[in-house]
Amino acid sequence: MTGPRRFLFVTGVITLCAWILVPIYLIALGSFGGRPAVFKWPKDWLPWNASLDAMLLFLRIEGVWNAAINSVIAAGLTMIFSILLGAPAGYALARFDFRGANAFRLLVLLTRAFPLAILALPLTVIFIKLGLYDTPFGVSLVHTALALPFAALVTASLFVGIPRELEEAAWVFGCTRWQAFTKVVLPLALPGVAAAAIFAFVISWNEVFAASVLTVRERTLTAYLLTVLSESPLHYRFAGGFILIVPSVLFIFAVRKYLFAMWGVSSK
Amino acid sequence: MAGIVIDRIAKSFGAVSALKEVSLEIADGEFVALLGPSGCGKTTLLRIMAGLETRSSGRVLIGGRDVSDLKPYERGLAMVFQNYAVFPHMTVYDNVGFGLTMQKKPKDVIDRQVKKAAALLHIEPYLERYPAKLSGGQRQRVAVARALAVEPAVLLMDEPLSNLDALLRLEMRAELKSVLREAGTTTVYVTHDQTEAMGLADRIAVMHGGKIVQIAPPTEVYSRPASMFVGGFVGSPPMNFIPVEARAGSVALGGQTLAAPRASGALTLGFRGEDVTLAPPGEAMPFTVRVAEPMGSHLLLTGRIGDAVVRVVAPPASIVKAGETVGLRLDPDRIVFMDAATGAATDLAA
Repeated sequence: MTGPRRFLFVTGVITLCAWILVPIYLIALGSFGGRPAVFKWPKDWLPWNASLDAMLLFLRIEGVWNAAINSVIAAGLTMIFSILLGAPAGYALARFDFRGANAFRLLVLLTRAFPLAILALPLTVIFIKLGLYDTPFGVSLVHTALALPFAALVTASLFVGIPRELEEAAWVFGCTRWQAFTKVVLPLALPGVAAAAIFAFVISWNEVFAASVLTVRERTLTAYLLTVLSESPLHYRFAGGFILIVPSVLFIFAVRKYLFAMWGVSSK
Repeated sequence: MAGIVIDRIAKSFGAVSALKEVSLEIADGEFVALLGPSGCGKTTLLRIMAGLETRSSGRVLIGGRDVSDLKPYERGLAMVFQNYAVFPHMTVYDNVGFGLTMQKKPKDVIDRQVKKAAALLHIEPYLERYPAKLSGGQRQRVAVARALAVEPAVLLMDEPLSNLDALLRLEMRAELKSVLREAGTTTVYVTHDQTEAMGLADRIAVMHGGKIVQIAPPTEVYSRPASMFVGGFVGSPPMNFIPVEARAGSVALGGQTLAAPRASGALTLGFRGEDVTLAPPGEAMPFTVRVAEPMGSHLLLTGRIGDAVVRVVAPPASIVKAGETVGLRLDPDRIVFMDAATGAATDLAA
C-alpha cells in the first residue's frame, strides 16, 4: 500500500477498534476499580487499584448464577431452533422457485414489525396456559421468533453463494439430496451458518423486554440484572454490565476462525 | 460400458418448448458431440440424461435399462461440468475419489483408482492440494479425473473446455481425446464450438431449435450438411450458398455445367471455401473480391457472386487483390444442393 492509503487504512482500523474497545475498557475499569474508579475524574487510564471485590460481591448476589444458567439455556435453545428452522427455510429460498418466495422473504421480516410490548400480554396468558411461563424454554421460543428472520435470510444468501453445480456434481457422483447437502453444501456454508447461530445467541443473550415479562423467578441474566441492579451502587452495575458483555465477546472470539476463514485462505 | 438410447424426449418450460421429441442412439464406447448454438436445447438434453432436469415426455435408456425416473445417483454415470464444479473444501485426492467413496469402495481400491486417474490426467503432484490453489486448466483436469475414477458406463460433458483460454483448450482437447479413447467410455459431449465437436467426436448431432437436424460423422456433417443451417454453422469459414436455377436437369454456372437433383426450379448451391480453384475470369463463375486476408496457411478472400456473400480459401501464394474479379471453378464432387424454399438438402443421387 502507498503512503496515504496506508494512513487511511491504519486510522480506519484504529478508529473502529477504539469505537468498540474504549467503552468496554471503561466498563471494565468501573467494574474492577470499585467505587472510587467509577466516580473519579479525570479517570486513571490504568487500573492502579484493580480488585475483584465488586466482581466477587456481584457474583455472590443471590440468583445471579441461576439467572446466568437460564440465559445460557435460553440463548442456546434460541440458537438451535433458529438454525434448525431458519437454515431449511434459507435453503428453500435459495434453491427452489416457488410461488410466493418473495412474499415470504418480506413476511418473514414482518415478524419484527410487531412490537413485543403489544404481544407481551397475550403471550403471557398463552404461556401460562401452556405451562411455558417462567421457563427458559418459553423465553427461547420468543427469542427464536426474533432471531428467525435473520437466520433464514442470512443462510439463504449463503446457499445462493454456493454454486448449484457443486450440488449437482455430488448428485451425479452418488449422493442423495440429503447426502449432497451434508457433504458438500453444509461444509461450505458452515462459517456462515456459525455466524448466523452466534447472531441468534447474541440476540437472545441481549434481549431484556420479553425475558422480563415472561419470567418471574427463572429470570435470564439481563432481566435479572435489570431488576436487581437498579437498586445497586454504580460499580455493581458496571460489574454486571461487564459480565453481560464478556460471554458475547468470548463466544465470537472462539469461533472467529469460522467467521473469517474462506476456503484456501486460513486465518492468521 | 453401455450404449444410450434417447427415445422421443421432449421438454417444455411453460409455453416454451425446449426439446421437440428428440431421439438419438449412441453405441457403446462411442463419442457423440451435441453441437448447436446457445438455446438449441443441447444442455437441457444432457441434463435430462443425467437426471438433473425433468423431462416432459419420452424415455432415456442406458445400457438397455430405462433410467428415465431414476435419481442421478442411481444412473451410474459421471459428468464434467462447465464450471468444473470441483469441491472446494476437499483436496484433489478426495475430489477424485469422491464417487468411489460414495460407492463405499474399500480404501485400497479407491487409492488405486485415484492414482490411476491422476496419472492419466497428470495431476499427481497436486493430489494433496486444495482446488483454490490450482489454475483453471488444472481444476478441469481434476474434474475429468473425478469422472474417470469411477470408471463410468457413460460420461457426460457439458462444455468442459469453454472456460479455458484458447491455447489451453487446444492442448486439453487433444489430451481429452487420447484419454477417452484409452478408457473406451461412452461419451456425450455438449459444445457450441464446432472445432471441438469436429476434433473429438465419432459422430456429431447438430441441434437447432430443440431438434437434432443432422447426426453423422464429422466429415459428413462438414461436407454434406443436411440443411443450410448446418452448413452455415459448421466449418470456418461457413459454407457458401448461392441461388441457382435448374434447367433440364442441370445448372449452368459461368462455363461449368453441374448435374442438378431436379429437372427445373430454384435451388441453393452450397460449397466450401476450399473446394474451388481460381481460374481466369472469363472461363468460370465471376467472383468479385472485396477483401483479401493473408492468413499464413491460406489466403482468405471475401467477395460476392451476384448478390451472395462468398468466402473462398485460396493457396497462400495466390496473387489476388481487393477489387479484382476472378473466376471460380467448383469441385463438382463436393457441392451440395439445397431446396431454395426449405433450406433442406436435396439428394443428388435421388
